[in-house]
Amino acid sequence: MKRFNIVGKDIPRADGRAKVTGTAIYTDDIKLPGMLYGRILRSPLAHARILHIDTKKAKALPGVKCVITGEDTPKIKYGNWRLFPNTQDEYPLAVDKVRFIGDEVAAVAAVDRDTAEEALDLIRIEYEELPAVFDTDAALKKGAPLIHEASPGNISLDRKISYGDIKKGFAESDYIREDVFTVHAVSHAYLEPCSTVAQCDLDGRITLWTSTQVPYIVQCLLASTLGMRENDIRVIKPYVGGGFGGKMEMRPWEFCAAFMAKKTGRPVKFTLTREEELATGRRRHPMKIYSKVGFKKDGTLVAKDLKIHLDGGAYNSMGPTATFLSGNFGAMLYRIPNYRYLGQHIYTNKPPAGAMRGFGAPQSLFAAETQMNMAAEELGIDPIDLRIKNAMVTGDKIPDVATISSCGFIESLKEVAKMSNWKRKRRTLRTGRGIGVGCYSFISGGVFNWFNTQYPFSAAEVRAFADGTVHLLTMASDIGQGSDTTLKQILAEELGLKMEDIRITAADTAMTPQADLGSWGSRVTLMAGNATLEAAKKIKEVLFGAISARYNLNVIYDMECKDGRIYAKGRPDRGMSFGEAVALVQKANRGKPLVARGHYTPRGKGLVTPAFSFGAQVAEVEVDRETGLVEVKKMWTAHDCGTVINPTGVEGQLEGSIHMGLGYALSEELVTKEGKTLNTTFLDYKIPSALDMPPGESICIETYEPEGPMGAKEAGEGLVSPTAPAIAEAVCHATGYRCKDLPITPEKILKGLRKK
Amino acid sequence: MKHVITLNVNGDSYRIAVDPWRTLNEVLREDLNLTGTKLGCGSGDCGACTVLVNGKAVSSCLTLAVEVDGKEIMTVEGLAPSGEELHPIQEAFIEKGAVQCGFCTPGMEMAALYLLKQNPHPTEKDIREGLSGNLCRCTGYNKIVDAIRTAAEKIQKK
Repeated sequence: MKRFNIVGKDIPRADGRAKVTGTAIYTDDIKLPGMLYGRILRSPLAHARILHIDTKKAKALPGVKCVITGEDTPKIKYGNWRLFPNTQDEYPLAVDKVRFIGDEVAAVAAVDRDTAEEALDLIRIEYEELPAVFDTDAALKKGAPLIHEASPGNISLDRKISYGDIKKGFAESDYIREDVFTVHAVSHAYLEPCSTVAQCDLDGRITLWTSTQVPYIVQCLLASTLGMRENDIRVIKPYVGGGFGGKMEMRPWEFCAAFMAKKTGRPVKFTLTREEELATGRRRHPMKIYSKVGFKKDGTLVAKDLKIHLDGGAYNSMGPTATFLSGNFGAMLYRIPNYRYLGQHIYTNKPPAGAMRGFGAPQSLFAAETQMNMAAEELGIDPIDLRIKNAMVTGDKIPDVATISSCGFIESLKEVAKMSNWKRKRRTLRTGRGIGVGCYSFISGGVFNWFNTQYPFSAAEVRAFADGTVHLLTMASDIGQGSDTTLKQILAEELGLKMEDIRITAADTAMTPQADLGSWGSRVTLMAGNATLEAAKKIKEVLFGAISARYNLNVIYDMECKDGRIYAKGRPDRGMSFGEAVALVQKANRGKPLVARGHYTPRGKGLVTPAFSFGAQVAEVEVDRETGLVEVKKMWTAHDCGTVINPTGVEGQLEGSIHMGLGYALSEELVTKEGKTLNTTFLDYKIPSALDMPPGESICIETYEPEGPMGAKEAGEGLVSPTAPAIAEAVCHATGYRCKDLPITPEKILKGLRKK
Repeated sequence: MKHVITLNVNGDSYRIAVDPWRTLNEVLREDLNLTGTKLGCGSGDCGACTVLVNGKAVSSCLTLAVEVDGKEIMTVEGLAPSGEELHPIQEAFIEKGAVQCGFCTPGMEMAALYLLKQNPHPTEKDIREGLSGNLCRCTGYNKIVDAIRTAAEKIQKK
């Protein structure tokens, strides 16, 4: 394997100093002269017709500068699935109807937050309440209230995947089992509440600073909902305090800030409260998962029939993608010759579910991996052995869907078994203690283009300077995961420079090359990395040419960029510093700056992703049989993320995944009653604290992904999936209680134990 | 009616008029433009707004500005007052990879500072208990714990 100088090294984060000193500017830190403060009025009803809105009193309150309702806006629907306009089902502010408790109805901008808040109380709305539905079974019943006119039966979208012969597969199976799993809603719970500042320029253009994962998508959808042209909107992403999928759409407050800035001529800021975030914000899809699997006696997987009902809440949001991906994740880990999937995205009168770390995988894999553990038990095969028997390997193909071009899954399974002392512990742990396994496969960005971008999936511009520095411009969005550092490492490595030689400007739609679809689906390292690498290679080639000409080198000579120099590989004396070489090129071109563009759009990679990552995780738990309380004693993880670009970064992603997976398994749940979210503070919505985190051990199985930059692929998003099934299996091993409906609560364990 | 109060923040004295309901967090961020202190929940649950008041860690979102009239307040901006040399806690956070999105970081650092002042040789359990009022969604805490242990060693060596 190729030796790297900067890639694979523990390079501290590029933004570390700004963040530890408190000088990093997040959106809510921005204050502009004359700025107004916005607040949103939300529906108190789950489903109702809006009969009348009276804003007179609110408008008359001193200090209030602008009040808008849906009627004041251009009434243009939006949604991320631009390619299929019938999926765009949301207005920035409700028109005619509200569909969930929290649906945005009106907005106020005032000289300060208190005045804006006061004005909300003065808006009078007359509603006609309509019957509502709160779960997928009720939504699918004949005669159920219709949430969107365009979607009869409340099904917004179907997704089917089918290959092999499912009937034949089950006919050939010796052992068949069918199970129903349910999973719950959880919150992204990023620490930074959503915030947006909009300013209108003298020529009518809008500049929007916003806490987003997708500046380009916000730019486009803001333009379409405002009836403006894309280039009339400039979106700048300041530092972002986490996203996890919750900030990957245009949101109503972004529209309101821009619309009201235009209307008032003054900058407008909206910042959500934590209560708004938890009560009305996007969440991970609750799902009902019907899964039937067939095996041969020896454990060979033969067939799988999967049906999933996604509880989408009131709007599509990112549900269509989750519907698609849940089906893919249902069959990505193992060779399943006969597979059928039906996913249905169903409307209910609840806050919409959207993308959240794993994007369908945590749900789909909780079911798939739990079922694998149940099958192992009944077939009398060790769960890890059963997985090894059926595991995907490098070169495996799913016809017309995907090719696995690198895969360290079996190695991960073997390694995690060794690290955790699996075989011995499965046999010898005392009652109350248990050990369990869960696995994942994940995407490195999507191949699909539902956003219908007319640009490359990712792009980069590299400018080289005679002072020995280079400047990288990219729309890729660092939302805390560290992509700015990763991209700088890739660029420094390729050009033989140091980290301090690289400047970066990122995620400003007016300054960085078109385009980038954003930070989601673990796409940035592979896609923006490839775009950056291509631009760097072009720069290198020009510099090599200049050195070759300067020293009259034989054209067959190999050249190299290393340690800030560019030279002939066999004759290191024939060369010069990077900056001198750039100066030479500029002179040769009579002053023209040395700039190169790179871009990446996946080609010929099937329907899902350019590259898959894999991994396995083992959890050991202790269950108190009197209280039902689960304590996770330790987690072991082995995962294959291709070339590791920044080991500390990958470890941080892994540990963060365990945190989120632990919450998903044991402590987090957005509880709703008739559409109303009941736990709207961090006191009631329990993300794990420092005291709850188990110790862990992990290992990266290094593979080389041919499609990735320097062999890299996804790290850290897929890892959120195996934790819940691993803990569920460990609890079962400890107590005999088998959880098929997350989260695993003490109540459920005690009830389960009593049944036995 | 507004109250005229004096806030001593990071060694600087500010005389300001504030409404009695305004929180220390609002006054720091909006009136004094010290935006390093964050607001994550507004109900004292997440710790992102932690500052020191007379040396004690408090949630600035639950503290009224009028309550701290005349008191010594320290925010993240006071950790490295020269702007050049970082505080050992800051150095350790960078070195150990304890920062991801960074939104919890200022509050974590202030909680860590309080902890290390009370207990210069904390065990891992002490550190985890000291941080239990500060939520982080990115890191899983382990690297933060590691950073604070490292910071304790750095401070000892100084």
